[in-house]
Amino acid sequence: MPKMLLEEIKSVEEIAKGIFKFSVFSDYVSKNAKPGQFVNIKCNDDSYVPLLRRPISIMNVDREKGTFDFVIQVKGIGTENISKMNARDKIDIMACLGNSFEISESYKNIAVVGGGIGIFPLLFLINDFNELNKNIKIDTFLGFRNKDLVVLENEFKSASGNLFIATDDGSYGHKGLVTELLIKEIGESDYDIIYTCGPLPMIRKVALIAANNNIKCQVSLEQRMGCGIGACLVCVCNIKSNDKAHEYKHVCKDGPVFWADKIVFED
Amino acid sequence: MKMVDLKVNIAGIDLKNPVIAASGTFGFGREYSEFIDLNRLGGIATKGLTLNPRQGNKPPRIAETPSGILNSVGLQNPGVKAFIEDEIPFLKKFNTSIIANVAGSTIEEYCEVVEMLSEQDVDAIELNISCPNVREGCLAFGTNKEGTGFLTKEVRKLCKKPLIVKLSPNVTDISEIALSAEANGADAVSLINTLVGMSIDIDERRPILANIVGGLSGPAVKPVAVRMVYEVSQSVKIPVIGMGGISKWDDAIEFFLAGASAIMVGTANMSNPRATIEVIEGIEKYLESNHFSSIGEIVGLLKTEQ
Repeated sequence: MPKMLLEEIKSVEEIAKGIFKFSVFSDYVSKNAKPGQFVNIKCNDDSYVPLLRRPISIMNVDREKGTFDFVIQVKGIGTENISKMNARDKIDIMACLGNSFEISESYKNIAVVGGGIGIFPLLFLINDFNELNKNIKIDTFLGFRNKDLVVLENEFKSASGNLFIATDDGSYGHKGLVTELLIKEIGESDYDIIYTCGPLPMIRKVALIAANNNIKCQVSLEQRMGCGIGACLVCVCNIKSNDKAHEYKHVCKDGPVFWADKIVFED
Repeated sequence: MKMVDLKVNIAGIDLKNPVIAASGTFGFGREYSEFIDLNRLGGIATKGLTLNPRQGNKPPRIAETPSGILNSVGLQNPGVKAFIEDEIPFLKKFNTSIIANVAGSTIEEYCEVVEMLSEQDVDAIELNISCPNVREGCLAFGTNKEGTGFLTKEVRKLCKKPLIVKLSPNVTDISEIALSAEANGADAVSLINTLVGMSIDIDERRPILANIVGGLSGPAVKPVAVRMVYEVSQSVKIPVIGMGGISKWDDAIEFFLAGASAIMVGTANMSNPRATIEVIEGIEKYLESNHFSSIGEIVGLLKTEQ
């Protein structure tokens, strides 16, 4: 059951220009959050600017210390206001919202593909897989615009068997799309499932690659949200359903995680 | 030791307090029941119901604007049958009034839905004649007095429940439309629905909403709403339910002073799921500290003489 919480910020760190990592004390979130879920963060001081909360993925939890982490990239007034919060400040969140990635012991060889700010929920996912199964084989593929935006490389490296990085301009790792790296590896590997989160063009490509190779694929989607809890019906995505051709499901409540083969990608 | 009486009777409906969750932002109460005690609400106005299920408009359906939001949901709802089967039994678990909001594309559709709901355990029907996000019907009825009068009259013949007509602000003279609803059998009017608006992404040079235009709500519309509630309550004798940008208790008090007998809270729920409860508590404190004993005492208590 989701809750409204007022929690204390443990630390804030600018890990790249305009990208901030927050650690927050929260027994409730650390014990209840599942990979793929998000928190909805209040980012105004009752001034109605901006009016809405900002939905941000949970990047990690420390169940012993009772903390969770999230990362934001400053894009507008909401994320800018969040970036100005400091350690020991209180943060008003709704948590834990949305569904989660399917994690199962039957998946022994997985691929994780993230792009830009979509990489963060994937760290939580692979950490939980490692906890579940010490012998899990994880290939992680991360794409960034350029070297300056490459973040959390060590965290992903220590949690993955192999880490592949691509940048659009080639300033770090492979020059080009992260999906090119996935295509190269997919022939050699025998993945049980692919998980992905990031920009829509990348997600579509990953979904296509998974379908062509007959591999299950879960996608975490983004959409402009209102309430974050499934009441206001604004954040829809088109999903194939059994009895109808398609149906508008809600990213905040039915998602954000969907099976790739059920998503009808719209232009 | 509560000395304040928050009970109101609107158009024959007994509300335990004058604060109602507005249609469209609150679903059928399920999601918010995880954050607040629905028993404390005066009432819940349901998501707009149509005869058949509707998928609604393409996304994006929301754009944030200064102190407001634009939405273009387009009446996504499971249809009146699913509401009767699944949602009324859920809502009946709570001690709060159920106001079924009805929308449609044709007069026949409105009439059929109202006829079905008249046999159900709901406390009132709110006629949505002012949804800006549905091209056919709906808004066309609400933007002139003839359409409003005709629809109200036809629905009234079949409606066995108190009938509230929800008015559009996208008109030249809202009072004449309110008068037309009253003359044709409305038991109350509620206002305002959203204001038609538009927002553009200047980098993409595209509208943010896939529907191009949407309905503006939130604190940005409150002064317009207060003015319209004031005008309408000067014109009609039936009760007025006020809404439009109510986020806090003091916003609600403005509406009562302007002439509203009850109020609805909509957009505020999105950022603060406890908004309705905080408004109820704030109204009670205001009445207490100003030595009023009932909400009725402040309705229309506006000093306009110099």
